[in-house]
Amino acid sequence: MTGSSVTPGMPARGAVEPTISVRGLWKIFGPAEHRIVGTPDALLPTAELQLKTGTTVAVRDVTFDVAHGEVFVVMGLSGSGKSTLVRCLTRLIEPTAGEVFLDGEDIGKADAQRLRELRRRRFAMVFQHFGLLPHRKVIDNVAYGLEIRGVGRAERHARAGEMLELVGLGGYDRRYPDQLSGGQQQRVGLARALAVDPEVMLFDEPFSALDPLIRRDMQNEVIRLHREVGKTMIFITHDLAEALKLGDHIVIMRNGSIVQAGRPEDLVGAPADDYVADFVRDVPKSHVLTLRWAMRPIGPDDPTDGPEFPPGTVIRSAIHAAASTTKPIRVIEDGRLLGVVDQAHILAVIAGAEAPV
Amino acid sequence: MTAASMSLGRRAEVRLSRGRQLALLIGLWAVLYLIFNGKLTLAHSDDAPLFQSLNGVRDWIDANRTSLPLFVYVLDPIRDGIGWLIDALTWVFSNFSWLGVTAIFGAMGLVFVGWRTAILVVGAFVAFGLLSLWDQAIQTLVLILVAVVMSLAIGIPLGIVAGRSDRFLKVITPILDVMQIMPTFAYLSPLTLVFLIGPPAATIATLIYALPPAIRITALGIRGVSSEAVEAAESLGSTGFQVLRKVQLPMARSTIGLAVNQTIMMALSMVVITALINAPGLGESIIQALIKLNLGQTFDAGVAIVLLAMVLDRLTASASKVSDRRHRGLDAVSQVRRRTLVIGTWLAAAIVVVGAALLAIPQSFPADITVDLASPINSIGDWIETNLYVVTGGIKDLFSEWILNPLQTVLTSSPWPLVIIMAAGIAWIISGRRAAIAAAIALLLVVGLQLWEHSMETLALVIIAVAVTMLIGIGLGVAAARSNLFSAIIRPINDAAQTMPAFVYLLPAVALFGATRFTGILAAVIYAVPAVVRLVEDGVRGVSPTVIEAATAAGSSRLQMIFKVQLPMARRSLLLATNQGVVLVLAMVVVAGLVGAGALGYDVVAGFAQFNDFGKGMAAAISIVLLGVLLDRITQGAGARTTTASAARTARAFFSARAVGVS
Repeated sequence: MTGSSVTPGMPARGAVEPTISVRGLWKIFGPAEHRIVGTPDALLPTAELQLKTGTTVAVRDVTFDVAHGEVFVVMGLSGSGKSTLVRCLTRLIEPTAGEVFLDGEDIGKADAQRLRELRRRRFAMVFQHFGLLPHRKVIDNVAYGLEIRGVGRAERHARAGEMLELVGLGGYDRRYPDQLSGGQQQRVGLARALAVDPEVMLFDEPFSALDPLIRRDMQNEVIRLHREVGKTMIFITHDLAEALKLGDHIVIMRNGSIVQAGRPEDLVGAPADDYVADFVRDVPKSHVLTLRWAMRPIGPDDPTDGPEFPPGTVIRSAIHAAASTTKPIRVIEDGRLLGVVDQAHILAVIAGAEAPV
Repeated sequence: MTAASMSLGRRAEVRLSRGRQLALLIGLWAVLYLIFNGKLTLAHSDDAPLFQSLNGVRDWIDANRTSLPLFVYVLDPIRDGIGWLIDALTWVFSNFSWLGVTAIFGAMGLVFVGWRTAILVVGAFVAFGLLSLWDQAIQTLVLILVAVVMSLAIGIPLGIVAGRSDRFLKVITPILDVMQIMPTFAYLSPLTLVFLIGPPAATIATLIYALPPAIRITALGIRGVSSEAVEAAESLGSTGFQVLRKVQLPMARSTIGLAVNQTIMMALSMVVITALINAPGLGESIIQALIKLNLGQTFDAGVAIVLLAMVLDRLTASASKVSDRRHRGLDAVSQVRRRTLVIGTWLAAAIVVVGAALLAIPQSFPADITVDLASPINSIGDWIETNLYVVTGGIKDLFSEWILNPLQTVLTSSPWPLVIIMAAGIAWIISGRRAAIAAAIALLLVVGLQLWEHSMETLALVIIAVAVTMLIGIGLGVAAARSNLFSAIIRPINDAAQTMPAFVYLLPAVALFGATRFTGILAAVIYAVPAVVRLVEDGVRGVSPTVIEAATAAGSSRLQMIFKVQLPMARRSLLLATNQGVVLVLAMVVVAGLVGAGALGYDVVAGFAQFNDFGKGMAAAISIVLLGVLLDRITQGAGARTTTASAARTARAFFSARAVGVS
């Protein structure tokens, strides 16, 4: 697996300007950081480059777009460069090469002042180990982002209090972080990020340090918050189930490169290579694949009175309807008939067939 | 994987042959000694040309002190400023009666720590009075306060910069390394050249000596702050200053408290020694008594110093722990109660101060209320001398005749190039090429300083003291690591021992063995053993329990466990312990020059006392530093360990051990 077989990032979807746009982003650690990109060395696999120049490529020529209001998941195993990637977006780690745009503004060109302004108002980040300040009460942790941009005490406490209510921690404001459980601490982390009312929320493996039950609660919490506050979210995880559950779009990273990008059903239904296929092998396809994915164009002989479903419905949800009729399911969006899905096909998906007919 | 196992194999091979190489080298030395001894030796002369030229430098500076711009515009103002600070603080203390001072410090104990510390503090201050050492204790306290405030004012900002900038840390670390292996004596001579003798020079020496821990521990604290917390603050758009003020400083607070505590303890041990350059206070009492060999008087002053050390340690060690953590759990009622206690305590102290002033209670403790410890101690000393002399004298003579004299003879009567080559060879085998070069250069410079014979005598003392220290230290350390009970007993003793200024350690040695070279060795051993024990214990305890379990399962006996598993795996800690032991022993052997250990230490002291010996003292001070560099390089250990890493590790191991001990 080398850089040459990388699937290019997703093309911009439609005419709408993406909220975040990443173009040709590189991050290289080591003494020769700035002497690699654009040379033949850049094409070497990571391990060989490390031997030859003593540098490590963490992010390799990554390009993608994040649409307004979506949950965009970056998935990869540890060492795949995903945490570095998310830090490059706000230049917590300075990228080696490439561009990052927020609503068309080139973040790489921002000076220290402007960058601080962006971090204070446009982005907020949630960390794996919470990153709370142990010497401050919960309320002052949540209010931190407001405090450093000069919001008065009463106002920021009021806002922080609302955020604590929002994440279900009302009444915990005067505790200290170490008096809370891990899940509660991460809720504080969430509230802190929400308090500054950012445009984009960055999540760096926020639930990896939590036990599985709490993790599920927190995932649902993020889904709920996303529905309520509608922020654009970039979510880093090493957990495929989490990625499939939360992501509107997912990119899979390996050795710093994007291996595949797409909707959850694209990854599960049509893995780009063996690496991704290996990842998604155990995922129950009917839980992920949608009718849009399984449908075929309507033929002249198809009955037109079968059950109707929107295209985003996962196949599992249509099984009951499909089983109670012999007619193909009709996939309808905005009153328009997009296609039909046969019962046989649904059965094939449930049985684990790889690709649509 | 293969690379790792290969390098492992290579290392084992090297280690096997390393012992043999050393044995071979020493055998070679013995043979060459038999052939060449007595040739190319460098006999000591008190009037070496270099000493005369150094005297000349001193005379020139003295003659031009009032006209050189460096002195007129920089150095003299610094000295005058510090002198003014000392006078001002002395004046402040002089406006309180002894009762008032005691009340204020007692109140600090109660408010910062608790009632037990308050009792300790009040008891200690009363004891200063009863020992007729009130004025001396206050003088020492004033010097410490001025030196510490200045040390912290310089050290904490530098530590913060070193904590935030890798580049600055890299620049400052080797400087701090050298400062920390410099024995206390070595600071004094150059300082007197510039700042003359007296309290300001003493304060400057003290502040320089106390500076490294202030910088190091502060940097350690800043670096210890969770990187994710810093990153979180940055991701929200904090400025660098906001990260420092709202995240790094509060989170490093207790570590910085430890830095304050360590700085104070270092200052105390130095300020006592600065009595040699005419600083007033407890150090003066102890040195006068030591020179007269008046055991009882040294004991009085020793007790006062120990008490002062305990007071300062307790007040600051615990004060750093009292953060908001302590109050946060309190409900409203307890908070009110706490506030009442604090206000009440200060009020009470204020009432005592004012009351004492109104009653015209004198500034100094009444001279007629004293406790006479000196006489009984002196009679005990006499008793030891008359009755135990058979034992102590016997030990001393045996030791001197069979171990110390032969080693000194070999070192002083080997041709000097042979000694240098052998030292470089030993350094090469133990620590590699760079250490060998450093060792050779250091010894060549000693030759150049024309103090070869005295340096070799001091070196002999140090080698023997280190050997004894390591034997005892490893034995006790292993025992402490293997027995929780023993560890629990020995830890507090070690803690107390590590807060004591070096001079205190001379007293028991002098009591038992009088003023001899042997006394110096004994004092050095007592001084260095606690640190070695602690490092060895930590190292042995650090051996992975899985390995111990595996070795037990394989049926290892207790001795096999110690010698085949625990000690080899703790090798790095043992090296570190040796390194620390060497540094501490050298410092103490030099101080022991005061009480008969002679050689370089005596030369330094003579340099302060005799006008014409200034040059010799100066050269001796530099020779001591060179010996320190030599011994430090040799015991740095092999492999990729850089000085920076090892020093950082030393500091961390040492100070984290302290932190644990303190809490």
